[in-house]
Amino acid sequence: MSLELHNITKQVGADTHIHPTSLVLKPGSFNVLLGTTLSGKTTLMQLMAGIQKPSSGTIRFAGKDVTGVAVQKRNVSMVYQQFINYPNFNVYDNIASPLRVAGMSSAEIDARVGKAADLLRLTPMLKRRPNELSGGQQQRTAIARALVKDSDLILLDEPLANLDYKLREELREELPKLFAGREAIVVYATTEPIEALLFGGTTAALHEGRVTQFGPTSAIYRTPRDLVTAQVFSDPPINTAIVEKRGETMTVFGNVAWPAGSARSLPDGRYTMGIRPHHVTPEKAAKTSGAFTGRVLVTELSGSESIIHVEVGGSTWVSQSHGIHAFEVGASATLHADLDQALFFGANGELIR
Amino acid sequence: MSKTVNQKAWWLVLPVFVMVAFNALIPLMTVVNYSVQESFGNNEFFWSGTVWFQQLLADDQIHESLLRQIVFTSIVLAIQVPLGLSIALCMPKKGPWVSVCLVLMALPLLVPWNVVGSMWNIMALPDIGLLGKGINALGIPFNYTRQPMAAWFTVILMDVWHWTSLVVLLCYAGLVSIPDAYYQAAKVDGAKPWAVFRYIQLPKLKHVLTIAILLRFMDSFMIYTEVIVLTGGGPGSTTKFLSIDLVQKALGGFDLGPAAALSIVYFLIILLMSWLFYTLMMRNEAN
Repeated sequence: MSLELHNITKQVGADTHIHPTSLVLKPGSFNVLLGTTLSGKTTLMQLMAGIQKPSSGTIRFAGKDVTGVAVQKRNVSMVYQQFINYPNFNVYDNIASPLRVAGMSSAEIDARVGKAADLLRLTPMLKRRPNELSGGQQQRTAIARALVKDSDLILLDEPLANLDYKLREELREELPKLFAGREAIVVYATTEPIEALLFGGTTAALHEGRVTQFGPTSAIYRTPRDLVTAQVFSDPPINTAIVEKRGETMTVFGNVAWPAGSARSLPDGRYTMGIRPHHVTPEKAAKTSGAFTGRVLVTELSGSESIIHVEVGGSTWVSQSHGIHAFEVGASATLHADLDQALFFGANGELIR
Repeated sequence: MSKTVNQKAWWLVLPVFVMVAFNALIPLMTVVNYSVQESFGNNEFFWSGTVWFQQLLADDQIHESLLRQIVFTSIVLAIQVPLGLSIALCMPKKGPWVSVCLVLMALPLLVPWNVVGSMWNIMALPDIGLLGKGINALGIPFNYTRQPMAAWFTVILMDVWHWTSLVVLLCYAGLVSIPDAYYQAAKVDGAKPWAVFRYIQLPKLKHVLTIAILLRFMDSFMIYTEVIVLTGGGPGSTTKFLSIDLVQKALGGFDLGPAAALSIVYFLIILLMSWLFYTLMMRNEAN
């Protein structure tokens, strides 16, 4: 019962919201749509659900063509960034609403709602209305409503974005457990790479209406197909610089000579190098490293880690390291990049090494 | 922390204080003053206690205009609120027609009240008015200067024309503020249009509707200008509402005492009804 998208596009007036996209989502899989705001995550989800119709291409579910079949006629449920519940229903009635529409017997409804409420720890507040709940409880209710239906496709559109930090952490941990062992295809949209990594499963990286890469989350993280995917999948943003590789060394920032590191086996030439912020540290940590000195722009210290933004060679590099490294803003700082972890991209942005 | 004492600040509050005093406090106190005294020429006043209030409560004429007032307000609310809500539901949510609809809806609200009265006065004339002549042409005898039913029909029609827009605009503002995701969620659930209205739109419009009903209640309960221009309270006294009665007492008869007493009772009725309604509507919110 997998969902297959074949070359679907979405055109609105002169704008292309989704470029030709083909994906196969397997039953029981947890799929993350990762991309910045306006990258097309919501549109892609609405196309999957049947809330919007694709401009071209076909959508198949369990081998059957469902392109253009309205969402009401498909077994889909959805959770939104805003906490959407019926305002004058209590929690019980909210969770029961899709079952009542389906015309289920009240005994069956009771059993199912009880189970879903238990799972989401809502049992003590079944009699309350949405406006008497915290944000986290409201979103739990919405998730319970999505679960209770036993849908074939469950779409979650940035469900944790409006929650405060603590509640977000809590639900982040619970979510994968809720969906484990179900037949449903789960699609989860987020802007945060860390959520994709936490949930595992498969990830589709989205950039300006294009799926740049689709596959197991860890594989995409380790070997992004191109620079754009690496950028989508890095927070703080991945550091980039143009390098000239000659034999065992390469020149960065115009005049700094570094050992070639992971590029040593590549032919000589010009590449775009990408190094993730946590591979740039104030102390020399790696076997093959390159040092550089730049002007400190911003420092963010969180106690367990320090994030330092440095201006070097006309661009901004970010270092993310454990512990507290207090640098003064405006002063110069020397940082070390782990060159064995560097990624090298060709002229078209494709990954070479 | 020591507090800074600045007595000069009183001077800055003074203009507002003076304005409120002249706007509300002094006139109101004057009315209270009149209501407990007997007045003669040469500014002679004599204490009369609650005589005017007792007279008022026993006055059949006032009972009748109060009853007419209540009937009028009930009919007007029963028409304007559902009608305004349905028009708001039918209006487009986006696109070039939004501003066209909004301007069309706002137009009646921009017409001065006495002009509304004259407009409908002419419109309902049985010999030359579009409405009056039209109804007569259908074979139904219609003359609002002679038939009480025709007069009531015209007065209510005029008020509906003039004020339904207010309800529409308030409801429309409430409707467009409902996030799209609610409608989408309802669609995913497979909810029917009636369910969307009953369980999403209506609960979300509760506050706006409360305000709309309150405003319409207060305004229609105080209606004066349009009716005095249209029918002058006639034929006979069949469209003589409470405010018309009040003005006739105060200006026509120069009975300052009884008029002042009526003003205060009038004010208290509106205050009480508004408070009752608001408290009933909002009681769920509190607990």
